[in-house]
Amino acid sequence: MGKTTAQKIFDAHRIDTLEGGTSVLRLDAVFCHEITTPIAINDLAARGKDRVFDPDRIKAVIDHVTPAKDSKTAEQGRIMREWARRHKIKDFFDIGRNGVCHALFPEKGFVRPGYTVIMGDSHTCTHGAFCAFAAGIGTTDLEVGILKGICTFKEPKTIKVTVKGKLPGGVYAKDVILTIIRQLTVNGATDKVIEFTGPAVDAMSMESRMTLCNMAIEAGGTTGICYPDMTTVEYLWPFIKDGFKDKKAALEAYSQWKADPDAVYEKTIELDASGMEPVVTFGYKPDQVKTVKEMEGTMVDQVYLGSCTNGRIEDLRIAASVVKGHKIADAVRAVVSPATPLIFDMALKEGLIQIFMDAGFCVTNPTCGACLGMSNGVLANGEVCASTTNRNFNGRMGKGGMVHLMSPASAAATAIKGTITNSSLYKGRK
Amino acid sequence: MKEFNGKVLFLNRSDINTDEIIPAKYLTEITKEALKSFLLEDLTLEGFDPKRDVAEKKVVVTRANFGCGSSREHAPWALEVNGINLVIAENFARIFRQNMYNCGMIACELPEKTVDDLFKEFAGKETELATDLSRNVFVFKSGASTKEVPFSISGFDKALVEAGGWVEYADAKY
Repeated sequence: MGKTTAQKIFDAHRIDTLEGGTSVLRLDAVFCHEITTPIAINDLAARGKDRVFDPDRIKAVIDHVTPAKDSKTAEQGRIMREWARRHKIKDFFDIGRNGVCHALFPEKGFVRPGYTVIMGDSHTCTHGAFCAFAAGIGTTDLEVGILKGICTFKEPKTIKVTVKGKLPGGVYAKDVILTIIRQLTVNGATDKVIEFTGPAVDAMSMESRMTLCNMAIEAGGTTGICYPDMTTVEYLWPFIKDGFKDKKAALEAYSQWKADPDAVYEKTIELDASGMEPVVTFGYKPDQVKTVKEMEGTMVDQVYLGSCTNGRIEDLRIAASVVKGHKIADAVRAVVSPATPLIFDMALKEGLIQIFMDAGFCVTNPTCGACLGMSNGVLANGEVCASTTNRNFNGRMGKGGMVHLMSPASAAATAIKGTITNSSLYKGRK
Repeated sequence: MKEFNGKVLFLNRSDINTDEIIPAKYLTEITKEALKSFLLEDLTLEGFDPKRDVAEKKVVVTRANFGCGSSREHAPWALEVNGINLVIAENFARIFRQNMYNCGMIACELPEKTVDDLFKEFAGKETELATDLSRNVFVFKSGASTKEVPFSISGFDKALVEAGGWVEYADAKY
């Protein structure tokens, strides 16, 4: 009987099986940020266990509220900083070098096919785009991950989602994943892994695959997974080139993690990309999805471009191509947050930042802030935001605010019109 | 081991997310105790008033997919510092469920029909629950009516509850 990708990774990392079918896995990487890690650090110290299993496998960043907005967030940063120094964690990204964790860590080459990765952050599933088993966990699991380099998981079943055909113009990975979540519902993938495959996924860049995997958690999924191919190898090549004689050899080695053709799935779903449309959420759950057409005319107060879902260079390029030559609507304020310093730098050199500023966008430093209503773009009661982020929960971006999730293209078009609208209205037209 | 007995809070809704259990703006706190007065502050549920309804409750009974969304362990902690160590639901989001047991708390799944019966029989009434971990039975009591509900818990989850959480267990064993 063949194996799914998750089964292969579990088999290669399992060090124990507990009663009830829970596996204890050895971890290749433990990622940390300043919201969920400081309490873990303090608790370990209080237990007399202020140790780390391997400083080279721990990567840490300050990203959620940065630069610090008040004394409390400054304290969280201080705890992280001192801990990283104390334990010689060399991959610690402090202010100036920091970016949104799920954009920054892939960019640094920290994730490889076949890896097990945990982080005290639910969107850790993003890294499954590299064919890794990457899962969000809580602070206690993070503590044990830091201390021992292990984590427990129930052996997950897998849902295989095949996206056939080719995406029409104006339809992006964000539209694909929202369409899939609508079908799976918000707990349709709980305790399950989602493998994304098919020609439309094969045609996607790593950035788009990260967008796809990023929202697996919004269907309850433990992680999303894309199979490794030449796109994966090309992205990783600067970090892996010393380990392989050529790209073909790297691909061959990584292909061992691809699911077997006769793997057994909990469920298989097929979608046709060519029939997909730009979509947007309504209500307070990410499975409440309508087409942009159905939601056209909905007034917005703020447009937000950024986050671990859609703050990468590809997203900024797409949004800028829509915005170019236009001004945002008078009644709208628009915020763009490139997800990492490298992305910011590329956007600057490519002239994208100028395009956003000319249109009337506020450009902020890389941070998660606005997505979870902590800083840099919090909504007031009753306000509406067109956002490229991942959660439309009630109060997510500010108490009493409404969030409509959409692609960067749709968000950019909405900024110009002032109401939810399709990007085809503006793209390439002055 | 923690206490799993006391007054029951019924939350009649599915998909209650961790942003509703404890809003992100309180994630800047670095002690669990600081979360105490903000539990369920942003819960969308008609007629629910967190200040009035959370007081003195020790158990939550709710519907499907409780604890979805963010991985924040602040959600179990906000329950814990209010003395709530037991949540009963049709099912849970993976991370929330694991966080509960990792803290030595119980997230117990019961069939939809059983949960529905509990709501019909006890919601809206002053209800007490006693947990018998030796027999794996919950005993619900309200006025003259008493109901015994059996539950299952895996050996590993029970070990975590008995050990008071995952850190000591893991460090001793691995």
